[in-house]
Amino acid sequence: MHLVDYRDGEIKQVPTRNGFGEGLIEAGARDKNVLGICADLSESTRFEGFRKAHPEQYIEIGVSEQMLVAMAGGLAAVGKIPWIASYAMFNPGRSWEQVRTIMALNETNVKIAGAHAGVSVGPDGATHQAIEDIAIMRVIPHMIVVVPCDSVQTKKATLALSQTWGPTYLRFGREKSAVITTDETPFEVGKAQIFRDGGDVAIVACGILVYNALLAADRLSRGFGIECRVVNNHTVKPMDEAAIIDAAQSCGTVVTVEEHQKHAGMGSRVAEILAQRHPTPIEMVGVEDTFGQSGDPAELIEFYGMGVDAIVAAARRAHERRPKP
Amino acid sequence: MPTLSAAGLTELKLKANDVRQGIIRSLLAAGSGHSAGPLDMSDVFAALYGHLMRHDPKNPQWPDRDRLLLSCGHIAPVRYSAMANFGYFPVEELLTLRKFGTRLQGHPERVRLPAVETTSGPLGEGLAQGVGMALGAKMDGKAFHVWVVTSDAEHQCGLHWEAVMTGAKFKLDNLTAIVDRNFIQIDGSTEDVMPLEPLADKYRAFNWEVFECDGNDMAAFVETAQRAAQFKGKPHVIIANTVPGKGVSFMEGDYTWHGKPPNAAQADEALRELAAERERILADAPR
Repeated sequence: MHLVDYRDGEIKQVPTRNGFGEGLIEAGARDKNVLGICADLSESTRFEGFRKAHPEQYIEIGVSEQMLVAMAGGLAAVGKIPWIASYAMFNPGRSWEQVRTIMALNETNVKIAGAHAGVSVGPDGATHQAIEDIAIMRVIPHMIVVVPCDSVQTKKATLALSQTWGPTYLRFGREKSAVITTDETPFEVGKAQIFRDGGDVAIVACGILVYNALLAADRLSRGFGIECRVVNNHTVKPMDEAAIIDAAQSCGTVVTVEEHQKHAGMGSRVAEILAQRHPTPIEMVGVEDTFGQSGDPAELIEFYGMGVDAIVAAARRAHERRPKP
Repeated sequence: MPTLSAAGLTELKLKANDVRQGIIRSLLAAGSGHSAGPLDMSDVFAALYGHLMRHDPKNPQWPDRDRLLLSCGHIAPVRYSAMANFGYFPVEELLTLRKFGTRLQGHPERVRLPAVETTSGPLGEGLAQGVGMALGAKMDGKAFHVWVVTSDAEHQCGLHWEAVMTGAKFKLDNLTAIVDRNFIQIDGSTEDVMPLEPLADKYRAFNWEVFECDGNDMAAFVETAQRAAQFKGKPHVIIANTVPGKGVSFMEGDYTWHGKPPNAAQADEALRELAAERERILADAPR
């Protein structure tokens, strides 16, 4: 899988949003129909580089997130490939009905970049911490939902989704996070990746918490002799059902990990699949039906139960619940 | 676009009458739907399809066609009837309105009927998409024009005004909005529910060029729309003053006809009135 040595304490930390910015510049160079449409957050959503590289493909419309979606629908209808970016809390948070009607029911090739997702937004507090966005997007027919694990993968996802026809939601975060993949690591929309193999517990994770899942797997191996398969389940929709079922069959028990409400997120989709096709004990790591608050990103990840310790504990519970032969 | 001859004017009036009859028949067959708005916009739609727009019913996806967006999707019967009467599909298909499996959904869906250009029904969203299309045309040096038909009550939606602001920023003079100013909405008069006046001043304050006319006077509307579409440097809006239910005496001006269809007896009466109106148009036509 070409992962970097994540056991190395010196692992590089880069915000996933940077990967979006880099990917968009390249996508815009490959295809002049790729547009960037911004709602007054050009620096923080990492549109700045695109604006400088492709000024004629950049549109600024101010603080109007419903307009972002609707206008992009019109541009897509005349052949453009618009990427619209704001904080996930505002787009798709504020613009959901436009997303459903104009992007999905109407089947337009509009791409949403949801920045500053998760509690790891940090000091801005609960108003700006989108932890319900996967739920509201994965429920919409036709929508593609991708949550990459690091900045390198976010860049690849941006490029791949620019060339994949259909309404799309790409979710990423604000804070620096560990870069665990390399330029050589494969990426394909809809194809989950086994980042570490083991036969005792399957940890299915997405986003920046894939790194925590890998650290937890190491600790489980060293401290408890529990060997984990870690699946980077970056495409929440359409989910790689075969990979999920295979993980459940191979390990007999599953832990899901996401920076999102446990309700209706990636883990809930895993549960829907397994309940119907291969009933398996599941423990979920995520936010437990509450809102975030101001704080340091790492501190918030810990407080809301998504740190390495929490994943280790969940995996041990899952291991206990593993069906006995 | 060419000026309208006297014979052309008669032809458009007859088409508007055909459109109204199609609306009544389709609403009767459907058993639900909106009557007042479709009837009052029949003249506008006949003018758009019959004279103002560059379009080809035999090639509805022609890339250089003018785009017509119906923002207030609930008045879909007028668009469907106009499309049928201008050759997009057989007039008999109007009787499938709102029925299972139809292309003529209760609110228009582009995926089922591509020539409607977009999916609409949730209010306040059409102009925003029209802004995107008009900007896309400018970016690509395309000459097509974008027409967006809106209701008056959807001017209560915030997104509509985001679109008005954006259209002005990009000086989209290839974009013309048409407001169906009939002063009614589901709960009553627009001025009681949530006042819109002074509507023209609001658009002027947002840097749009404003035109006003009687939206049920074919000659006046065509002349106004031609002037509007040629105006350079800013987007344009035509406030088309209309009489809700226009053409059917017992519906005219009565807001309770906003969201209901005629029953069989009412439809018969409406069609008799429209047939009589057709005779008057022919009698008044220049020899």
